[in-house]
Amino acid sequence: MIPEIGHFALWLAAAAALVKALSLAGHGVERLAVAAALAQLLFVLSSFAALSWAFMVSDFSVQLVTTNSHTLKPALYKFTGVWANHEGSLLLWVLVLALAGAAVALAPATLGLRFRQRVLGVMGLVSLGFIAFLLLASNPFERSLPAPTEGQGLNPLLQDPGLAFHPPLLYIGYVGLSVAFAFAVAAMLEGNVGPRWAKAVRPWVLWAWSFLTVGVALGSYWAYYELGWGGWWFWDPVENAALMPWIAATALLHSVAVLARRDALRSWTLLLAVMAFSLSMLGTFIVRSGLLTSVHAFAVDPTRGLFLMALLALYVGGALGVYAWKAGSVPVGEGFEPVSREGALVANNLLLSCMLGVVFIGTLYPMALEGLTGKQISVGPPYFNATVVPLLLAMVVLMAIGPWLSWKQSGTAHLPARLLPAGVAAAAATVVALALFDVRATIALLGFAAAFWLGVASLQILLKQGLTYGVVGMALAHFGVAVAILGATASGALQREALVSMRVGDVVEMDGWQARLIDVRPVAGPNWTALQAELQISRHGAEMAILKPQSRTFTRPAMETTEAGLQAFWRGDMYAVLGKPDGFGRWQIHLWFKPLVRLIWAGAFLMALGGVVALAGRARVRLPKRERGWPGAFGPQPAE
Amino acid sequence: MAAKPKQQRLILALLTLAALGGAGVLAASALGETSTYFYAPTDVAGDRPVEGRSIRLGGLVKQGSVSRSGDGLTLKFTVTDTVHETRVRYTGLVPDLFRENQGVVATGSFVADGSFRAKELLARHDENYMPPEVASALERSRKQTGAANPPAA
Repeated sequence: MIPEIGHFALWLAAAAALVKALSLAGHGVERLAVAAALAQLLFVLSSFAALSWAFMVSDFSVQLVTTNSHTLKPALYKFTGVWANHEGSLLLWVLVLALAGAAVALAPATLGLRFRQRVLGVMGLVSLGFIAFLLLASNPFERSLPAPTEGQGLNPLLQDPGLAFHPPLLYIGYVGLSVAFAFAVAAMLEGNVGPRWAKAVRPWVLWAWSFLTVGVALGSYWAYYELGWGGWWFWDPVENAALMPWIAATALLHSVAVLARRDALRSWTLLLAVMAFSLSMLGTFIVRSGLLTSVHAFAVDPTRGLFLMALLALYVGGALGVYAWKAGSVPVGEGFEPVSREGALVANNLLLSCMLGVVFIGTLYPMALEGLTGKQISVGPPYFNATVVPLLLAMVVLMAIGPWLSWKQSGTAHLPARLLPAGVAAAAATVVALALFDVRATIALLGFAAAFWLGVASLQILLKQGLTYGVVGMALAHFGVAVAILGATASGALQREALVSMRVGDVVEMDGWQARLIDVRPVAGPNWTALQAELQISRHGAEMAILKPQSRTFTRPAMETTEAGLQAFWRGDMYAVLGKPDGFGRWQIHLWFKPLVRLIWAGAFLMALGGVVALAGRARVRLPKRERGWPGAFGPQPAE
Repeated sequence: MAAKPKQQRLILALLTLAALGGAGVLAASALGETSTYFYAPTDVAGDRPVEGRSIRLGGLVKQGSVSRSGDGLTLKFTVTDTVHETRVRYTGLVPDLFRENQGVVATGSFVADGSFRAKELLARHDENYMPPEVASALERSRKQTGAANPPAA
């Protein structure tokens, strides 16, 4: 009964989304937009609750529960199992979309009631498509009678706290971008875009960006400790699918700042807002359509892929159509000098766009090639490192300089003195890496230099007088980038690795560390059994830690996974993976020492924190006096 | 003096085009140098990749072909697509789902002695999963054994 209520609630949600969408047309329907947004949230929430209930009580008459759950699964993973599958994850997407709609409906309508109705209308259209996809092609409440007595279990790789919360965070980010998308379409429909619009959309972009940052970082951390390959980013298409919206959102964040402050980059900002959400949908399409066969590709049904592709074409095509139709009528904003804060931000946007372009090409080219010629190629880390890293380095150079330039028109006489500490730090870092750590690779030396250049320059900003929340947030986020670059460079360039086959009692030596294999024995968990090695880690003879890498065997579904043994020290992580026995009493052990690797994720959290700090300051910013005449008129016209 | 907004827009557009064009050239050259092609043993027999060039070799792990060497870390096995076979040598931890008669994709290159040296083995993620490239390679072999003329790879 409860699954049917959930199914019915989803139909009601579709109706509410339809009412919202119709408010675009007017005729009095628009007055219902706010109520419809709240009703939609209520209905989707009920539907989600019904599915969660089915998972929690293991109602195997619901097919989705049978294929993705099991009575012996821990309760937390019964719940997170709701979205660890195709249908449930789409329902979560729709839920977050409804939450965002309700948030827009309840937030103050700073751009006028009609504008809010239009935003809700666009969001209604988007929700309607995804709810229709759920109802028509991916019904999560499908029954299978008679009910089996036991479920098939959840992929063990997904039974992990890191991955359990990775999709919700990413979705909140994606959906935050859907608000920016709706704001952009509504602004184009009204032909009205300027600093007020930018200030209204900025909080949405900020929180979307912050959540995306954490979501991507969490996915990377999960891959690091769960997949047991010793890496933290594999340039897998699934990862790139989440990275592309993040890059677009980063660019949008900066162009919105220019629009809010200087009323420049109007059309470009609108285009970015459209692109950022389009890439989020493209990401969902790539990941969920079965184009990629991986742990993420739950849907291997081609009709679903076609449905998603049609939705994507409709929304992206529609939005770009509105853009082509209306962008010409958006009046040109203010001009500016190349050497100015906004000049630096434009350069930032250009570099980010290029980065987005190369990631996009590297991700989609293999699929396009296979579709067109049948040739199967894979594009991996060598491509992305060769293209993304130089662009990132160029950006880092600018990120240290940009904040020292003033808006509108900037002198450069003060720059050498301001940048001296950063320059000295970068040079010192390079020398230390060369002389003390024997780093020879150019790219690694540049990485160390870049991290210290940007880190010192960003911290210096915090010493300035009269800081606003926005500036503190920016400095924190930029400092986070520097920290992440330091972690990525150090863990790559200074990594130590040993691949050995050892008997119990053997010791392996690695750069001042010793690992002794104490024992290998079977252990059991709630739904798995494992072989667990105990490795005693010492440094220069002093015991530091016991690592317990496991080779786990799950029965439901039948699968083996590798659990890395991991110990974090202040100087880095010791990481061990247990392999197979060789048949002569020896065990394969792969041991890594990864210096400062945790700084990668610490840096990402600092970036997100910067976003949150900037968000906290939004309420305190006052609009410039020169801006008048909203709604109705355009922003200030430039003198021509 | 600030340029007129219209002019500035044009300059910006040109700059953007130049930057994106540059990125495109960068991407294209990097793609040409770094993309790894997929080969089934039949493709290798027809058109052997040059020594040292990184490729992905995929097929089934032949029944009874797996042997381990004395160091306990090196593994030799045969990859087959039921028509042709390629011998592979790999040093490292074997993935959880590496089994005889199961699909495998090995990334690596041919070395001077003519054998294939794998740097990475993929055999994920669950029992029912067959890497898509391997599935299509096996399908091609199945057709080939039935047909007189082998299709161009």
